[in-house]
Amino acid sequence: MISARGLSKRYGVKRVLEGLSFDLERGGFLLVTGPNGAGKTTLLRLCAGLAIPSAGTLEIEPHRSGIGFLGHEPLVYRELTALENLDLYGRLYRVPERRERIGMLLERFGLWEARRDRASALSRGQLQRLALCRAVLHKPELLILDEPFSGLDADGAALLDRELAGMRGRRTLLVATHDPERVASLASGRLALA
Amino acid sequence: MRRYLGDAAVLARKDLRLELRARDTLPAMLLFVLSILAVFHFALPSGSSRLAELGLLWVAIIFTALLGLGRAFVAEREQGLLDALVLAPCDRSTIWLAKGIATFAFLAVAEIVALPAFALFFSPVGWGTIAGVVLADLGICAVGTLLSAMAAAGRARELLLPLLFLPLALPIVIGGVGASVVHDPGRYLGFLALYDAIFALLAWASFEYVVTE
Repeated sequence: MISARGLSKRYGVKRVLEGLSFDLERGGFLLVTGPNGAGKTTLLRLCAGLAIPSAGTLEIEPHRSGIGFLGHEPLVYRELTALENLDLYGRLYRVPERRERIGMLLERFGLWEARRDRASALSRGQLQRLALCRAVLHKPELLILDEPFSGLDADGAALLDRELAGMRGRRTLLVATHDPERVASLASGRLALA
Repeated sequence: MRRYLGDAAVLARKDLRLELRARDTLPAMLLFVLSILAVFHFALPSGSSRLAELGLLWVAIIFTALLGLGRAFVAEREQGLLDALVLAPCDRSTIWLAKGIATFAFLAVAEIVALPAFALFFSPVGWGTIAGVVLADLGICAVGTLLSAMAAAGRARELLLPLLFLPLALPIVIGGVGASVVHDPGRYLGFLALYDAIFALLAWASFEYVVTE
């Protein structure tokens, strides 16, 4: 699913990643850990196709349509409602039975009551839930999550725990977090960046 | 092709909806174009030639367009949303096409107000000018949307967009003013159409490299 060999990334003279190699099999769950500035976000952006390696090779099996990405930003339009945001992405990803799928996700992530609220009116936790809905909307084969627990309250975090447990083995997961123990039992591998 | 146009329509509809909600581009363009025409009205000495008046109309159009282009990627830039659009499984040039359509719509509305205002302040415009404005808008949106995306990725974006756009808009001004002042504007309109075709093709083909690292 993902195969990296000698992967390096530099921004100008700054080396963010240097000679990184790893494999992630289909259905695997790779936990990426490391202190701030270790290159977790950069690695995830490389795997999502949002950045290009400076050196090395990176092979990713699914096309863009098979990748779900949750970054530091929720990647939703603040002036659109939760429903309109998901509808926009549902159309772009050509999600089959789009309305039913969106309704189901809004219910599951506790956003049904807020579906007609603009994203700018949502709390930080609700925005993160909406961002998770967006990331899984098209049932991606490869789900890349950067600090997915960020901003979530206890209920939201528990919900995400259940979602990740439910996806284990069915989807390939690449997750970066500062709280690795929370999902350590689910992970099939760990990549510690220094 | 149908899928491509469908994606562009989805994205353009989103941009128009965002403007209807936020109203932070079109009102500014309308206010700006009316203000600048009023300033020109009082700045131009009475008895000035028709040629000078039409030249000022094109100055007003170009700078109004610049105002709209500067706002084209604000939502994507401020909220990091370009990542989401780049990740979507649609051809990346649909982002350019959709932004171009939305900017064209805003510019057209501004000009629907500006041309009668110009007639009020100065004198009515002819069909050659109107045809020139439509063709110029296409070129402005084709080139300007690409440059706006480039500027959005840069640091000194407020400075970068005019520096990149104004030299490339010179042929539009030459063609537009030419179409406005001659009796047979066909040659100038053809020049504008050729400019539109060439730059739309270049912008369409190069947009992907602008929005990806």
